[in-house]
Amino acid sequence: MSSKNNNNPLVEVKDLKVYFDINVGFLKTKPLKAVDGVSFSINKGETLGLVGESGCGKTTVGRTLLHLYKPTDGEIWFDGRKIENKEDLQILRKKAAMVFQDPYSSLNPRMTVSDIIGEPLDVHRMYSNKQERRERILELMDYVGLNSEHASRYAHEFSGGQRQRIGIARALAVNPDFIVCDEPVSALDVSIQAQVINMFVELQEKLGLTYLFIAHDILVVRHISDRIAVMYLGKVVELADAKEIYDQPLHPYSKSLLSAVPIPDPETARKSKRIVLSGDIPSPLDTPSGCPFRTRCPYAIDKCAESMPPFEEVSKGHYVACHRVKEIN
Amino acid sequence: MALLEIKDLHVSFYTDAGEVKAVNGISFDLERGKVLGIVGESGSGKSVTAYSVLQILENNGRIVSGSIRIDGQELVGAGEKVMKTIRGNKISIIFQDPMTSLNPTYTIGRQIMEAILLHTDRTKEQAYERAVEMLRLVNINEPEKRMKQYPFELSGGMRQRVMIAMALACEPDILIADEPTTALDVTIQAQILELMKSLQEELGMAIILITHDLGVVAQMCDEVIVMYAGSICEQGTVDEIFYNPRHEYTKGLLNSIPTTATKDQKLKPISGTPIDLLNLPKGCPFAPRCENAMKVCINHPAEPMVINENHVAACWMNVKKGIEDGNIVLNSKADDIKEGGGQL
Repeated sequence: MSSKNNNNPLVEVKDLKVYFDINVGFLKTKPLKAVDGVSFSINKGETLGLVGESGCGKTTVGRTLLHLYKPTDGEIWFDGRKIENKEDLQILRKKAAMVFQDPYSSLNPRMTVSDIIGEPLDVHRMYSNKQERRERILELMDYVGLNSEHASRYAHEFSGGQRQRIGIARALAVNPDFIVCDEPVSALDVSIQAQVINMFVELQEKLGLTYLFIAHDILVVRHISDRIAVMYLGKVVELADAKEIYDQPLHPYSKSLLSAVPIPDPETARKSKRIVLSGDIPSPLDTPSGCPFRTRCPYAIDKCAESMPPFEEVSKGHYVACHRVKEIN
Repeated sequence: MALLEIKDLHVSFYTDAGEVKAVNGISFDLERGKVLGIVGESGSGKSVTAYSVLQILENNGRIVSGSIRIDGQELVGAGEKVMKTIRGNKISIIFQDPMTSLNPTYTIGRQIMEAILLHTDRTKEQAYERAVEMLRLVNINEPEKRMKQYPFELSGGMRQRVMIAMALACEPDILIADEPTTALDVTIQAQILELMKSLQEELGMAIILITHDLGVVAQMCDEVIVMYAGSICEQGTVDEIFYNPRHEYTKGLLNSIPTTATKDQKLKPISGTPIDLLNLPKGCPFAPRCENAMKVCINHPAEPMVINENHVAACWMNVKKGIEDGNIVLNSKADDIKEGGGQL
């Protein structure tokens, strides 16, 4: 996976905001700012990794891209088309698909594998006769390494890894250009996880897919992604080439996040110094003023409380949102 | 004498579908003040092993045979009365999910004090003092205020700290940590692991750390046990296991994880699917998924073989290597070993 630096964005997000209204008392609501002004683009054939801790809004970004949630504000562009009305959505739904985290609850237990995979084909009327439908289903099953004899079985007869394969085959059914992978391997055992990761890579090469790969496991994201975006409390705080961000993170949050990842190598583990953050993530209902990370940031100054730092390009393709990025690096 | 000695432990669960052999004859020792990691995939028997030590298995689970000794005292068949003096006092446990392992209807303070009052002869006032002291020890700020709060008022990381405080309140010799940080975010995980390590050094207890995360093992453990399908594949110091793995499963596991070196390369996964514990193969349990399986692997389970003073592995490949190097004299199974290497 060499980085695909052609300026040919398939997906573009501009200042996306997603707020949920939360009841805080009788007839009183308060906006929960799940995503608060996020901008990025994903080039054709590229994998953008999205990392962050629980509650940072990474899943919301993924779902909103497919309009599973309605954006509160901001623009989503897909293949040069702004997604606004129903017509746009119909096109989007044929070109973009999603793979979910939990292979145990995302498949209907009353449907056979061939019906699960065939359902998107039915919805979009993508075949002319039964024979064609069946052939397409078998082709999809072959893509993900499932046996044709599995077609008439039910989801509960499969292990976690195989279920995730079914979910991926279903996502591929509409022949999408873009797939949002929301923690697709985090429910799987290590040895099975590697099988599924390899499959994602092979499918991308074969079908020219573009991925938004959401995960909290940074080693997995680093392995599969061309570029990585780090989110904290609804904001992207850093975005750069996968290798660069891993070797040289510039934002204080990325620094501590990456240093906290346990490295499966005793020698490195003994030598490495962890930047342990104090405290917990603030509630997204009550976000701090200015920079969202300032309450836990070891470098925070008064300015950080006053204004949100702009998301600026500090070196080619490396974006950071931090007032003190030049001083602390 | 080791602090904890487990010999030939067999644990089964009796279900409608038949007997599930969760642990099949495992033996290991734990020395005072050591951190022992048990790694393996779901269903490998790592948690069942820990629960057997405390005898907190589900109702349909039973220790079939074997011996578990703490300080020389036999626990298998010891009865509930003895176990009550062991649990919390000598061996404590913290569970994976801090969200569900605290009682939501009692205050934090009451739950910690309950453990102290049950296991020591402190008065209520002394127990309160001790609970506050423990909360302070695990770096919870304003411990007096927290004592009056309910679990839902605390974050996940904070609840896991409370669990640790509760587990350590009676100064156990052994702390069993069953996936203690799996439910937590990385930055919170780093806080908890750091805390466990410093408390372990301070209080000198032994820790059994059960996890599937090899990164956590590399960071925390002195010794490692690798389990697969209820058996121990390999056991040794952390450096031996990571840098000199001598079981095909361990090698496969280490190759499956993405590291800094695997960028732009394919991962090398273990093929096949996890094992069905209802139908264990008669030979090595890993043989059906092993790339180098030989005829002998299918038919005979491998005995643990001493690799060096810090390392034991149960894999026929070591025997094969021994024969090739001329260190092992051929015996009756030799033909099986020669046949079909890597071709099954």
